[in-house]
Parts: sequence; C-alpha cells; structure tokens
Amino acid sequence: MSRADLLLSVAGLSVHYDSIQAVDNISFEVARGEIVTLIGANGAGKSSTLRAISGLIPYTGSVNFAGKDLRNLAADRIVAAGIAHVPEGRGIFGNLTVRENLQLACWQRKDKSKIAADLKNVFALFPRLEERSKQLGGMLSGGEQQMLAVGRALMSDAQMLLLDEPSMGLSPVLVREIFRIIREINQAGKTILLVEQNANMSLHIASRAYVLETGRIVLSGAGKELTGNPKVIEAYLGG
Amino acid sequence: MSMTKIKAAGTALLNQWRFLAGLKYFWPVFLAAGLAFCIAADVYDFVDLYLQLIIIYVGINIILTASLNLINGYMGEFSVGHAGFMAIGAYIASILTVYVFPQNTAGILFPAAILAGGMGAALVGFLVAIPSFKTRGDYLAIVTLAFGMIVKSILENIDAVGGPRGLLGMEKLTTLPWVFFWTALCVWVIRNLVYSNFGRGVLSIREDEIASDLMGVNTRQVKIIAFVVSSFFAGIAGGLFAHALQFINPRMFDILKSTDILIMVYLGGIGSIAGSILGAVIYTVLLEILRPLGVWRMVFMPLMLVLLMIYRPRGIMGMREIRLFTPLRDLVTEKLWRQKKKEASDASP
Repeated sequence: MSRADLLLSVAGLSVHYDSIQAVDNISFEVARGEIVTLIGANGAGKSSTLRAISGLIPYTGSVNFAGKDLRNLAADRIVAAGIAHVPEGRGIFGNLTVRENLQLACWQRKDKSKIAADLKNVFALFPRLEERSKQLGGMLSGGEQQMLAVGRALMSDAQMLLLDEPSMGLSPVLVREIFRIIREINQAGKTILLVEQNANMSLHIASRAYVLETGRIVLSGAGKELTGNPKVIEAYLGG
Repeated sequence: MSMTKIKAAGTALLNQWRFLAGLKYFWPVFLAAGLAFCIAADVYDFVDLYLQLIIIYVGINIILTASLNLINGYMGEFSVGHAGFMAIGAYIASILTVYVFPQNTAGILFPAAILAGGMGAALVGFLVAIPSFKTRGDYLAIVTLAFGMIVKSILENIDAVGGPRGLLGMEKLTTLPWVFFWTALCVWVIRNLVYSNFGRGVLSIREDEIASDLMGVNTRQVKIIAFVVSSFFAGIAGGLFAHALQFINPRMFDILKSTDILIMVYLGGIGSIAGSILGAVIYTVLLEILRPLGVWRMVFMPLMLVLLMIYRPRGIMGMREIRLFTPLRDLVTEKLWRQKKKEASDASP
C-alpha cells in the first residue's frame, strides 16, 4: 500500500480505564477503500480502540486520519473530519423518529441538496427505513435499528465508517444481510474499519485483519489468509 | 344519545380542530386578537383587577415553565435553580426602574429594564453553564441547587437592594399587553428552537449523549446555548414578576419557587410546549381556586401530583405536542407520508 492511499494510521495507541489497560500500544493502518477488521474476544480492546479514534475517551499514542492529527480533537470535530462511528448497541435515539435520527447525522452539514441525495441513497439501500420513517427509533426491531445506525453513519457523509459489532444480537439471516450491505457500502467508496466477534464472516469480507488479544495485536494479515491460520481457527472459528 | 353519535360528534370536533390547526393564518389572527384584547382590557379596565393579576401570573409562569422545560424536558438535564435566574432578572429590572432610570421614564423604558433583566440572567446562566456542563448527569442538579442558594444569600447580604427586607418602590408596570407579548415571544422562540436543527441536537442529548457526540453534535455548545436561552427567559419572567407584585425579597426566589416551576413542568409534561402552557395554567389557576381551603391546599396539590405521577408519569402532555405547535413543514410531510401509505395499501389488495 502506498503512502498516498493511507487513510487512517494508528500508532502506539494505549487506552487506560483507571488502572486497567484496555489497549496496549497497538499500531495499525487502513488504506482508502479497504475493509479492515479487528477481531478478538470480549475485552480484547476492540471497542476501546474505536472509541479512542472517535475521541470519546482519552488515550496516548497518535491517530492520523487523512493527514490530520486527531489527537485533542473533540468528537464532533472528528465527525467533521470524515469519520462516522456506529457504536456498540447502535445508539439509536429511541424517542425520535427514524427520519429525525437520520437528520441528526447531518447536524453539521449545510449542503441541503447533497443531504437530500444522501437520504435518497440511504432509503434505496434500506427500503425498510423509508417505510418506517415516521416511526420512533425505539419501536424498530433489532435488525432495523442496525440498519438505521448504518444509515445514520452514511448520512454524515463520512469517508470512513467505524462499525462496532454490527452483527450483535441479530439472527443469522440478518447477519448475512448486514455483511452484504457492508460490502455494498464499501464498493460504493466508503472505507470501513469493522470490529467483530463474528470472525468468520468478517474475515471473509475484509481485505486485511488484525487479531487482538488483551489489548495487543497478536496477528495480522490478509482476511482470507487468516481464515486458514490454525491459531485463528482454534480461537475464533471453533476448530 | 347513542355511542356512535357521540363518536361522530367527537370526530367532527377533531376534524374542525385539525382544520383550525392546519390554517396558516391561525397564529397571526390569534396573536393579534389576544394582544388587542389585552390592550383593551388594560385601557378600558373591563376585566376584574384580581382576574387580571391571575392572568399575569399565568403568563409569567408559562414563561418560567416553557424555559425550564427546554433544559429538563427537551434536553433531559435536571436544573433546579430556575428561581435564582428569576431573582437576577427581577432585581436587575427593579433596580433599573427604581434607581437608575430618570423620573417618569420608567414606563417608557420598562421593556428595556425587562430585557436587561433577561440579559443579566442569561450572562449568569452562561457563567454557570461553562463549568457545570463539563460533566454530565446529576452534577448539574447539585450545581444549580447551590447556585440558587448563593443568589439568595448574596441578595440577602446586599444592603443597597434592601437585604433580607427586599426591594420596593416599583411602579405597577407589568400590564396584560406586556405579559402577553413576552409570553408569546418566549413560546415562539422556544418552539422554533426545538423544531430547528439545533433543537434536534438538544433532543439527541436527552436520548443518548454519546451517540449524539458521534452524530457530530457539538454537545457542549448545544447545552450552553440552551441553558443561556432558558436563563434569559427566567430573567424576563423575574422582571415581569417584580413589576406585577411591586415588591420583591430574596426569600421569594428560594428553592420552593424553583420547586413550583419544576412541578408545573412535570405536571404539564416534559418535552412539550403545549404541556408547559397547560401545566402553568392548571397549577396557577388551581392554586387560586383552592385558596379558600387555606393551608389545606398545600395538602391537596401534592396529592394531585402524586396521583398524576402514578397515572400519567410523563405529565399531561409528556413528549407529545398538539398540532398547533408542530411546524407546517412537518405537518405537510406527514400528510404526504400518510397519502403515500394509503396509496400503497390501496394498491396492494
């Protein structure tokens, strides 16, 4: 990967929660147009890494995005820089309608015509959201909420999406659907950093993958390669 | 009369109401008529003075309730220091009309005094908001509680404004038209605020602050602005209150006053303009009606609140809005959406 293609580079990132070290000096890179996945068990530090990138928690080390240092930037400035984070648990605004949820993702945007076009795209990608646009976010099913969360991320016109366990709590059919959509979004030009426990599915769609264990990167490589790695098979793919 | 007849009459009434609510010129006509009535009542004096005073109190309470609802209802934070901001507005406006403005100009300069009271309260609100919103949750309740106490004890210890004895000498400058004007302005501003892009940011903070950050909402800025706007109107209400009663002392603005405002907010319903108005009207009028009961009204009112919290925990209008307060564009999109849905369901069978 050449330097020019580099979109996100994380170097020496560490995150502490009081005395507990959640992320321990990890470094990784994501190139423009890639799907990169971080896999690992519970508590491996995957979500903390994403939270640090989007400025929700303090960290040491450096995060560079599109040539911009994200350190000391507030969360809303990081969104403006072009990163959209779909948090674990989706973070749907339950008492607001689906449409309002989508509009909120454009909070900083002023380009009205582009917003309207983006809304059309999101509705084309998720027809269910259009059908339910007047319903409250809290009334949606888990799968629909996940679609709304991804839809919101698309509405912020970000170059890069951070997806935190999009498959969590969904039925196998919906999981496949979500992964299909992630691929589709990627092919439409968004760079994706995907955090997953569902190693099998995420390794299949990822161009590259990093395996985290208790806050450290223990393995990395092309997604398809890692599916054949005995260590990964043993730990995540169930033999 | 049969059930169906009642139902039909109900639907007819509802349709009429919808028709009224859909009219573009309802608000201009209502506001003009209201203002004309208030001016006429003030000039020709055909409304009982006691009744006038109650209407004035209702107006002031609507301002207080709607402005506190912005923080406690729409934004989901918990502020209990509203009376403190009211006190600041009341004292600033009173000092201006009694001591600062030249003789005989207080009447003309009254709006400026009220505005200055509001600005003063807004400035203090800004200063309080900066440190308090650095953390989240209950912290704001503690800070605003302390703030209310500080304001009260500072006022009690300034002899120039009468200390604990209070301040008097204000002319009765708060008239029906002025109360109507400021109440309408407050409701209009807050209604437009909550239905704007900014307002969606306010709502998102109540729903999920972290998600709100991730949507790119500058939560700190939104909180501070909302708090400043809320304090501003509390100050306005304070100035009006001082010039309606013609006497103020620090004890009027203690924690009990803040509690009163909180009660009106939660009675009417959080996150609702119509609820704020209803809460203020019902609470103020009911307290007056129950006046003959003497001390017992303070038993009756809390009992009513307990019952309300059991049967309607979100208040009368909690998180709902009547159509008159929803913007026309939202009504239009809803109408289009309903039409589309109907077409779809017509086409499918």
